[in-house]
Amino acid sequence: MPHDPGANPLVEVRGLNVRFVSRDATVKAVNGVDFTLAQNESLCILGESGSGKSVTLRALMRLNPPKKTVMEGAVRVGGHDIVAAPEKAMADIRGRVVSMVFQEPMTALDPVFTIGKQIAETIIRHEGVSRAEADRRALGLLELVQIPSAKRRLAAYPHELSGGLRQRAMIAIALSCRPKLLLADEPTTALDATVQIQILLLLRRLQQELGMGVIFVTHDLGVAGEIADRVAVMYAGRFIEEGPVAALMRGPLHPYARGLMGATVHAGMRGTRLTTIPGAPPDLSRPVQGCAFAPRCPQAGEDCLPAMPELRSPAPGRNVRCIRVDEAA
Amino acid sequence: MASPAALLSRPLPDVGGPAQPLLSVRGLTKHFPLKGGLLNRTRGVVQAVDDVSFDLRKGETLGIVGESGCGKSTTSRLIMALMEPTAGEVIFDGQTVGPGGLSMKEYRRQVQMVFQDSYASLNPRLTIEESIAYSPQVHGLSRRTAIERAHELLAAVGLEPGQFARRYPHELSGGQRQRINIARALVLRPRLIILDEPVSALDKSVEAQVLNLLMDLKEQYGLTYLFISHDLNVVQYMSDRVLVMYLGRVAEFGPVEAIYAKAAHPYTAALLDSRPSMDPDRRRTEPPLSGDPPNPVNPPSGCRFRTRCLHAEDVCAATVPPLAEAGEDHRAACLVHSPGSGHSKAMPHAA
Repeated sequence: MPHDPGANPLVEVRGLNVRFVSRDATVKAVNGVDFTLAQNESLCILGESGSGKSVTLRALMRLNPPKKTVMEGAVRVGGHDIVAAPEKAMADIRGRVVSMVFQEPMTALDPVFTIGKQIAETIIRHEGVSRAEADRRALGLLELVQIPSAKRRLAAYPHELSGGLRQRAMIAIALSCRPKLLLADEPTTALDATVQIQILLLLRRLQQELGMGVIFVTHDLGVAGEIADRVAVMYAGRFIEEGPVAALMRGPLHPYARGLMGATVHAGMRGTRLTTIPGAPPDLSRPVQGCAFAPRCPQAGEDCLPAMPELRSPAPGRNVRCIRVDEAA
Repeated sequence: MASPAALLSRPLPDVGGPAQPLLSVRGLTKHFPLKGGLLNRTRGVVQAVDDVSFDLRKGETLGIVGESGCGKSTTSRLIMALMEPTAGEVIFDGQTVGPGGLSMKEYRRQVQMVFQDSYASLNPRLTIEESIAYSPQVHGLSRRTAIERAHELLAAVGLEPGQFARRYPHELSGGQRQRINIARALVLRPRLIILDEPVSALDKSVEAQVLNLLMDLKEQYGLTYLFISHDLNVVQYMSDRVLVMYLGRVAEFGPVEAIYAKAAHPYTAALLDSRPSMDPDRRRTEPPLSGDPPNPVNPPSGCRFRTRCLHAEDVCAATVPPLAEAGEDHRAACLVHSPGSGHSKAMPHAA
């Protein structure tokens, strides 16, 4: 195993495939994802739209639409088999073992119930405590996520809160049953810059204080740099590179990861021409032969086409799916 | 009189000369009354844009940054005359816009806009070439010439006309659609293009392609850009000068190098510090600001930023800070930079 998560990983994913089947087409959204996450570790899945990053994240909670989704492979979270668990067992696992923070708090929260009620309901459902106890815990959670005048905010409806407070309230709900794994799907994308950094620092602090594993999905390199221990870059439904955050951000090895970082505008690029990646990602409703990035890759050759490149480990803890990268001796 | 085809084949002449600002915005204000309740009475006023003035120089790219509700998009729509201002005026190359000055049709030929939502900006029932050829026909070109012009523009934005001209918007990717919107904005040979979050909905690799294209087109067509974005890195990359807005007012205005090297307004400094560090070994430890931007319905008195500002004093609640000199061609609406303002960090007397 390239990355050693210890004897008892929190998340273990092996050969995950997710297909969406409809009458017109079958879309192979995730094509063989393997990874492990240690307790108390944070992983950031970085990718562009359609790369399969959100689908992978949802698979960990089995949230993809059940009638259209075919899920294969092994997914274990906190010892539970997510692929095989009956729907009833999943309802207990969601919230208590693994929970999720979404991008749009306004659509994820229920508009007709107060914040306090939504948190208390979750706690009562999972832990069977009394109403008074649940209300007390709800107040504690709002304080944990640093909502000012928490007591008053318990009685507020989602539309009465600002975007930043709504996202904090959603984090409070996600944490209400003390999950071991927190999933976050672009949690700060809809927020203003000065609020985004507050939420990122809050999530980082909560992860450390509560000892949770966190998996973040983002398209923003800067977000990964602020909170991840490890980063995985996705392309066409696969992890094409994975490694420790600092090493990967300083020296990405896969041509796509390098292209993505060169194309990301950051300070000090004024006056230089941005590097771009020509073309567009492949259509995942059609079969992809060999390396999915080859048609856009400046280093591609005939030898890229016969088969999908196997994972290579050019340095300890780093994995790349590219035949141009040399294995460490 | 020259034919419409000849007229539209080149940009309009420079009327005021190079020293005349291409666009001057003077005291631009937009208040939206909030109605509701019994008898639909006015219950409050959203001060979306309040007394905004600036000059846009010929050939520059002026970036406008700010968070949601700061009035950057309303400002762009007021300049484009998509809504009536409550007060203030827009002067284009020395001529006032509106009755007695530049006609709206002439003005719109010279100023065009690209919006964030590439799909909503295009008529879904028109092919790409029809969409681009629409406005030249309004300005008097024959259909055939207009379609020819559309094909030229498609090539200019990097889309093969033979492949794309007959397609519909839903058949294209977001990046391709944004190229179409840019082509459509260029087809009348305007001198100013307002870009309102043109790359915010795009993936990073596509964003880079579109930014490179915008840089090339600016050079090729001698354009002036008003570039609106919430992304500070993109604004730094694109702009010559930057205007920072907060709750409807100008907070700071100056050259991009000066602002990014040493922001004069505490809000600009906090905004720049809020950017993720991009270096995992030097992560941010404290958020520079707490809370969200306040509601523009009842903005704080005096300086609108004072409720979140580390340097706020009593005087900030009482006085609206004027745009004060903070360096060469660089001004900030902060009492610290206003000599004699009474703020403890300000110079005691006007020089």
